[in-house]
Amino acid sequence: MQSKPPALKILDISSVLVLAIATYLALIYAPEEAVMGQVQRVFYFHIGTAWTGLLGFLFAAGLGIVYLVKQDIKWDIAGVAAVEISAVFFLITIMLGSIWARPIWNTWWTWDPRLTTAAITELIYIAYFMLREGIEDPDRRARFGAVYTLIGGISAPITFFAIRLFRTIHPVVIGGGDPNAQGTFAMTPHMEVAFFFGLFAFTVIFIDLFWNRIRMGQLAAKVEQLKLNLMH
Amino acid sequence: MATRTSTIVHKQSANPSFLKATFAIIWKDVAAEFRSREIFSAMLVFSLLVILIFNFALELDIVTRQSVTAGVLWVTFAFAGTLGLNRSMAVEKDRGCLDGLLLAPVDRAAIYFGKVISNLVFMLIVEAIVLPVYSFLYNVNLFNPGLLLVILLGSIGYIAVGTLLASMAIQARTRDVLLPILLFPVAIPVLIAAVKASEGFLAGSDFSTIYAPLSLLIGYDVIFTAIPYMVFDYVVEE
Repeated sequence: MQSKPPALKILDISSVLVLAIATYLALIYAPEEAVMGQVQRVFYFHIGTAWTGLLGFLFAAGLGIVYLVKQDIKWDIAGVAAVEISAVFFLITIMLGSIWARPIWNTWWTWDPRLTTAAITELIYIAYFMLREGIEDPDRRARFGAVYTLIGGISAPITFFAIRLFRTIHPVVIGGGDPNAQGTFAMTPHMEVAFFFGLFAFTVIFIDLFWNRIRMGQLAAKVEQLKLNLMH
Repeated sequence: MATRTSTIVHKQSANPSFLKATFAIIWKDVAAEFRSREIFSAMLVFSLLVILIFNFALELDIVTRQSVTAGVLWVTFAFAGTLGLNRSMAVEKDRGCLDGLLLAPVDRAAIYFGKVISNLVFMLIVEAIVLPVYSFLYNVNLFNPGLLLVILLGSIGYIAVGTLLASMAIQARTRDVLLPILLFPVAIPVLIAAVKASEGFLAGSDFSTIYAPLSLLIGYDVIFTAIPYMVFDYVVEE
């Protein structure tokens, strides 16, 4: 078994460091928001995890297409890695959003386009794992997984658009001002630092986890292969 | 006589055209269904039971009915559709018909479209019975050309993506429970748009409010007929 590459070790340490810095920036460095108070600090991590969750989802759909074209199992291993990590990040996003929404919107949950799409995307992830769970043949599992991420990746934006036909109350902090949004605010320069560093930190963490998960997937494939060899 | 034999041989050796192959699959499904009636009767009885349950669950009094009819109808169609899709693909798998179909020298896409159209036919027949029954039971007039159009478009989108996912689900260990779990999250846009458009037509709203969900339905139908057409090969490949 090959040992962990040095670059990955460095990336591991840096992700812990950037997470610590992002936490400091979000909790201490950024000023308290005037209207919403301390709970607004949830926002820095909420956006970071949402961004990586969304990125991973689109990434997985892209990897699905590459797998279908190339038919090489390594693309499937990468695809599973992307889906798995973004499923966790998306769950964190939804929970952080709920914590923020309780005092600001006065409810844990509302059927807003963004919230509903996030919930449905999370359900697509779960369905993806259940589908893979039920198939033994690795090639078929990979093919079905790729097809399903592709279908899910196309359907999720349409869902968003479909619910958008109704009104939204979700705030758009960057580039946009819906008059119906509740809980929107303008960022001070200090807040912007915390915000963009949060995005950066979660991107680094995503890459680190992604790389580790691919290595794990490769090892799992090897173990599966060895088991098959042993049986024959 | 000799010339006749030679033309037959010639015809057999050439691959049947795409349309012919599609039509053959539709014909096979419809004929088999006409004799057994297992899919159709299950879907129909199930739909009627769902409507009956909704009556008690929602207390469908005259005021509620106005606002929930579209939702009740689409939930019924979605559930019955899942039942039909599952059965129609499971029959192919159980009796080894799918392998036979795949061995046939026809374009795989013809198999997909054949299954889509025969599933769609079953679903439309069930809908054609459920609608008058619902009208009769709840005294709502559902004979609205706009509503019928929405039902047709919604069923096309639902069945197009459902047929692809059903052909994946039947190959998994947990096949019977898997289809709704795979299908519902990706079919949500079609259900939202269909419910909105149906509500609009039933309430006699202005066309400008119905335009958006209706165009969304058409867009979904086009996208989710094209994608399965491209990936169906990977799903049935051995």
